[in-house]
Amino acid sequence: MAEPRVIPQVIVVGAGPAGVRAAEALVQAGLRPVVIDEGRRDGGQIYRRQPEGFKRPYAALYGSEAARAKALHDSFEALRGRIDYRAETLAWSLWENELHVASGDRVEALRFDALIVASGATDRLMPTQGWHRAGVYSLGAAQIALKAQATAIGRRVVFLGTGPLLYLVAAQYHKAGATVAAVLDSSPLSLRLKALPKLLARPEVLVKGLGLVARLRLAGIPLRTGVTPVEIAGVRVDGVAGVTDRDRGGDLHTIDCDAVGMGYHLRPETQLADLARCEFRFDAETRQWLPAIDEDGRSSIEGVYLAGDGARLLGADGAEAAGHLAALALLSDAGHGGLEAEMARLRLTLLQMDRFRRGLAAAFPWPAEAARALPDEAVVCRCETITAGTLRQGVAELGACELNRSKALTRVGMGRCQGRYCGHAAAEVVAAAAGLPLEAVGRLRGQAPVKPLIIAADSADTEAAA
Amino acid sequence: MTSYAADALVIGGGIMGASAAFFLRQRGRSVILIERGLVGQQASGVNFGNVRRQGRFLPQLPLANRSRAIWGKLLELLGEDAEFLKTGHIRFCYNEQQLGALERYAKDARDYGLELELISRNALRMRFPFVGPEPIAGSFSPEDGHANPRLATPAFGRAAVRAGAQLFENTEIVSIAKVGEDFEAIAADGRRFRSPVALITAGAWGGILSQQFGEPVPIVARGPQMAVTEPLPYRITPVIGVCTTVEEEVIYMRQVERGNVVFGGGRRGPAYADIKRAYVVPTNTLAQVKQVRRLVPALANARVIRTWSGVESYLPDDIPIMGPSARVSGLYYAFGFCGHGFQLGPGVGDVMAELIDRGATSTPIEPFHIQRFTAADHAA
Repeated sequence: MAEPRVIPQVIVVGAGPAGVRAAEALVQAGLRPVVIDEGRRDGGQIYRRQPEGFKRPYAALYGSEAARAKALHDSFEALRGRIDYRAETLAWSLWENELHVASGDRVEALRFDALIVASGATDRLMPTQGWHRAGVYSLGAAQIALKAQATAIGRRVVFLGTGPLLYLVAAQYHKAGATVAAVLDSSPLSLRLKALPKLLARPEVLVKGLGLVARLRLAGIPLRTGVTPVEIAGVRVDGVAGVTDRDRGGDLHTIDCDAVGMGYHLRPETQLADLARCEFRFDAETRQWLPAIDEDGRSSIEGVYLAGDGARLLGADGAEAAGHLAALALLSDAGHGGLEAEMARLRLTLLQMDRFRRGLAAAFPWPAEAARALPDEAVVCRCETITAGTLRQGVAELGACELNRSKALTRVGMGRCQGRYCGHAAAEVVAAAAGLPLEAVGRLRGQAPVKPLIIAADSADTEAAA
Repeated sequence: MTSYAADALVIGGGIMGASAAFFLRQRGRSVILIERGLVGQQASGVNFGNVRRQGRFLPQLPLANRSRAIWGKLLELLGEDAEFLKTGHIRFCYNEQQLGALERYAKDARDYGLELELISRNALRMRFPFVGPEPIAGSFSPEDGHANPRLATPAFGRAAVRAGAQLFENTEIVSIAKVGEDFEAIAADGRRFRSPVALITAGAWGGILSQQFGEPVPIVARGPQMAVTEPLPYRITPVIGVCTTVEEEVIYMRQVERGNVVFGGGRRGPAYADIKRAYVVPTNTLAQVKQVRRLVPALANARVIRTWSGVESYLPDDIPIMGPSARVSGLYYAFGFCGHGFQLGPGVGDVMAELIDRGATSTPIEPFHIQRFTAADHAA
């Protein structure tokens, strides 16, 4: 056995499936990584743990994924004491070999030799006229309300968008006793059939998905595919009142509701990779910019590894494998030996999952054409209330055909979310208006802080000195 | 390859170049404006947005005054105001020594037509209830204010084009030389631009061009460290600055009407002219927030939502290069504004247009002549 040359100081960002499995592999190799996580508890979004004092059993919280959730939580419990775990801590910036973290108003710079970013994903959103109204939530937020607080986003909810999460959250709401008024999927069924060969890469997941759809149908919940969302109607004071869509035949339907859960699959949280100056590449299949990684999770920057949904959307199982593999790649790069067989096995697993990921991308495509059809008065950037018309005017009158230029001249993406939720749609609107391919309009560059940083921020040393 | 000609060639589409092109058109001169990226994308677009005169190098005040007059007429000149607001500018100080400096400056500035009001400790809190307990006095400049740097330079660029200037964006000049009576600039793709007059307004890239005419300057690129908070109720009207000799204490901030508080100051960050990038060092942001809450304690619970930087250019004596070349007739410079060029921009454009059109300007700019760096070469 080759002796490790150095014991690197490693920071893992994220305590979801990828982060936990990465930390576990590092601990097994004799390291004591720092694990930074924004959450109050481990588990990430998918295996989010309920607050202390809540008593729902695993089966109720995680359904068919209960065993996996429990396994991950148990693994994390076993790591406690062997890692430097920082919960409720935001990695807000990065400079050279220091990760800048904030917990409340306490800030610290943590030195690292290597960094594993397992920052997860958030909902990918395509605006619909009226989506800025109170009562519209992302699918992820709708699910968090249920998982964390056993709360529904409304009494009568329409789920709108596309992707597996659409059906999962609808089924979870139905099971929890909320009225699911309808599930409206922008993807036509034909694409799902076409993507079947790729989806068969993970037959057990496919069966679970079909099971969800069957359960919703059995419950008499209207499920329609190939719809074009037209408007989320409502008034300023009461918020959402209904959803109007156009079916494939061109007929309009309006469904009354008091809340909408919407989302079009997910998008990786890539700000830290951006601040680490990792190279990004345009992914034509999913129409978005992703940080470049090799098959093991190495980014273009030495010592920076990216794993899980924050790099490639392989789902929770894929994230566990990717987190594990990224940690082994890091160890291997640091001189640890005897890892090759395990790495080869993980690569094969990921290859299969990536085939499935591509199947999902083909079955539930990002509805790029909806951006072109968005009415001028529809809000694209909710933080700054920037409409599609303003972006188009920016292209036509100000020559703002590149996304950062559009941001500078129209304020799109300048608010609290820093374009994380509107950036993809804004790029589509600008590209369509400018008559350019999407990759030509670029992407919003990530700027610190990763999430808002309080002005009261201070380091422990300053306070001690004062 | 295509060739273009005009009365004047302006290289660099920042606020100096864009406004010079605009004012040259106002004087009836045909103009070519060349920009390697997009108009107003570098230092002109990323700075703090200060339209401040007080605290400037005194001999620069006539130029600043001329520029201030233009800021007040933007709507009339350009058809848009770039969010210019005459809010006043307040400069606080923390000790008696700096109060002395404020008093001296106010006395001296009066000779240049800048009237400043010194405000004592108690009056300060009556006038500006947001200010924390530490400042002991302030100097208020009622006619100063702020504007939106993201909008101002593109607005000058568009107005210049509407007035007939030829604008070439995404055009990098790889060489410039005087060929006979004309300057000839050649772009990376081979396009040629000819003119009897050349004005270099290329900011951090200006030194590369001046060097081609045998006038190298010790210019360095640095990046301002800017930040902005989430929108808050609009309570801080004036632009705020601090009079201090301690670098860490330097902080400037302004609240825009929609509520965000923009701030900067302290140490500058690294900037790279070759890759057109500048970065914010996180420790600089942390040092700034300390000074922000020291001045305005009520901001402690507000949040910073974005930081940014950009490529600015600095010279060892902290004043720009502006005026005719010392060696080549028909060649003019206006670059290297050391982080304080935004307020001056429109005035610089106006003065350079006057200088090119008339051969002289009524505004004194001698201290900024490039000869201060190249005189030794001349003697040799």
